[in-house]
Amino acid sequence: MKQRVPISLTVNGEIHELFIPPWQLLLDTLRDELGLTGAKRCCIEGQCGACTVLIDGKPINSCLYLTIEAQNQEIVTAEGLVEDGKPHPIQKAFVERGAVQCGFCTPGLVVATKALLDQNPNPTEDEIRIALSGHLCRCGAYVQITEAVMAAARETAQKEVGV
Amino acid sequence: MFPARFNYYRAESLPEVLDLLARHGSEGKILAGGQSVIPLMKLRLASPAVLIDINRVRELQAIAGDERGGLRIGALTRHHHMEIKKWPRSLALLMDAARDIGDPQVRNLGTVGGALAEVDPAGDWGPVMLSLGARVRAVSPKGERTLPIDELFVDAFTTCLAEDELLREVEIPPLSDGTGTAYLKMERKAGDFAIASAAVRVNRSPDGRCQDVGIGLGGVGLVPLRARGAEDLLRGSNLEEELIREAEESVRKECEPLADIRGSVEFKRQVVGVLFRRALKIALRRAQGEEVEAGHV
Ligand SMILES: Cc1cc2nc3c(=O)[nH]c(=O)nc-3n(C[C@H](O)[C@H](O)[C@H](O)COP(=O)(O)OP(=O)(O)OC[C@H]3O[C@@H](n4cnc5c(N)ncnc54)[C@H](O)[C@@H]3O)c2cc1C
Repeated sequence: MKQRVPISLTVNGEIHELFIPPWQLLLDTLRDELGLTGAKRCCIEGQCGACTVLIDGKPINSCLYLTIEAQNQEIVTAEGLVEDGKPHPIQKAFVERGAVQCGFCTPGLVVATKALLDQNPNPTEDEIRIALSGHLCRCGAYVQITEAVMAAARETAQKEVGV
Repeated sequence: MFPARFNYYRAESLPEVLDLLARHGSEGKILAGGQSVIPLMKLRLASPAVLIDINRVRELQAIAGDERGGLRIGALTRHHHMEIKKWPRSLALLMDAARDIGDPQVRNLGTVGGALAEVDPAGDWGPVMLSLGARVRAVSPKGERTLPIDELFVDAFTTCLAEDELLREVEIPPLSDGTGTAYLKMERKAGDFAIASAAVRVNRSPDGRCQDVGIGLGGVGLVPLRARGAEDLLRGSNLEEELIREAEESVRKECEPLADIRGSVEFKRQVVGVLFRRALKIALRRAQGEEVEAGHV
């Protein structure tokens, strides 16, 4: 059995040439090989959403996805939303609205919000709740999280019309 | 928690899948969305020596109409695609089922073929496809066959497919005019598997008679079940309220629930009867052109 295989992985726009075991989960590669610790190791069975990253713009649980499956796909983690060292409007809204308490679920929620707003820039409260239903927040900040997503949507919309 | 070692092969086309199945079928497993097989491998409940990744096989991803007015759903169609597709009104139950499978992350990867091949007793596509009288097209290096979906489910987590056989697509037969469908699932919390679920397809003639009916049940047996007794009661009837109650009782008798963390045997029997009756009512209203919400309870 091949212990390691070559793979080219595109994470947050950067290409990494790696040698990884085929059985290595994407979550472990991101955290242990690339030092990207935004995606969290939490329930590790696809229940909690803390390990969520985007693959080609769609949220998936990186604990239920092999690294090798991601060959030639675009991976985005919470770290990838930061531009020029500045937090993304979604990240800012989460901080400002108190949607971050212990913070463990936040990186997953932030990328899922990015995916939602890219698809639907002006979601209703119901649409937000459905889009984020795969994330558990054990601090119970769901109300603030929903408010943060609405605020981020308004912010992004204003930017687009140049206000 | 990570899977035991395996050799990984990525197929790019159907012939490549068949070639890999011919060479590794007995020691290998197919990797579709991975939302069942990766968890099992991490728990070491499965440790295949070879994993055959079919995710890049385009031939398996299409949803297409066929010559007779039926539909063919490629095995690799993601739950998410089933959720966002604009279905004809007569197939509204596909949307009912798709949008409550797991959560968005699971739906973005999980596939219709993978879910059917997994035969989770509480899975959602099983009862839906049973109610529609769907057929399954399977291919192997030795040839191809089409079988009624009822024959696919042999036991919990077990299909009748051979080791080197691939579930290629699901065929939904054409539905006659005046058909309505609905799927109702009771779940403990968002994202969970069903406590129990019921899928109904019903066709009423202009004079009010029930011409045909299909009833699929989930979460109340080792495999998804078809309530043939209740179907026989309703077929040809005028769907009188009393008869519907009788069919509901028949549904309760026909199912074989097991007690688990989602509920006791008595509770699941009670629930599945109610879900069936409500799904039938919704399907009948939809058959008349009404827009009615269904989904989880
Ligand atoms: C947190 C969570 C919640 C979930 N909730 C639900 C739910 O509410 N309802 C529900 O129905 N499901 C639920 N699921 C399961 C989900 O629907 C899975 O996607 C599905 O059961 C398996 O599909 P897959 O494509 O991921 O298959 P995989 O996991 O890749 O494969 C499953 C099995 O089928 C075999 N297989 C896959 N494709 C084929 C094929 N084309 N031909 C032959 N064999 C094949 C594989 O070898 C494997 O044995 C949930 C899963 C998770 C992780």
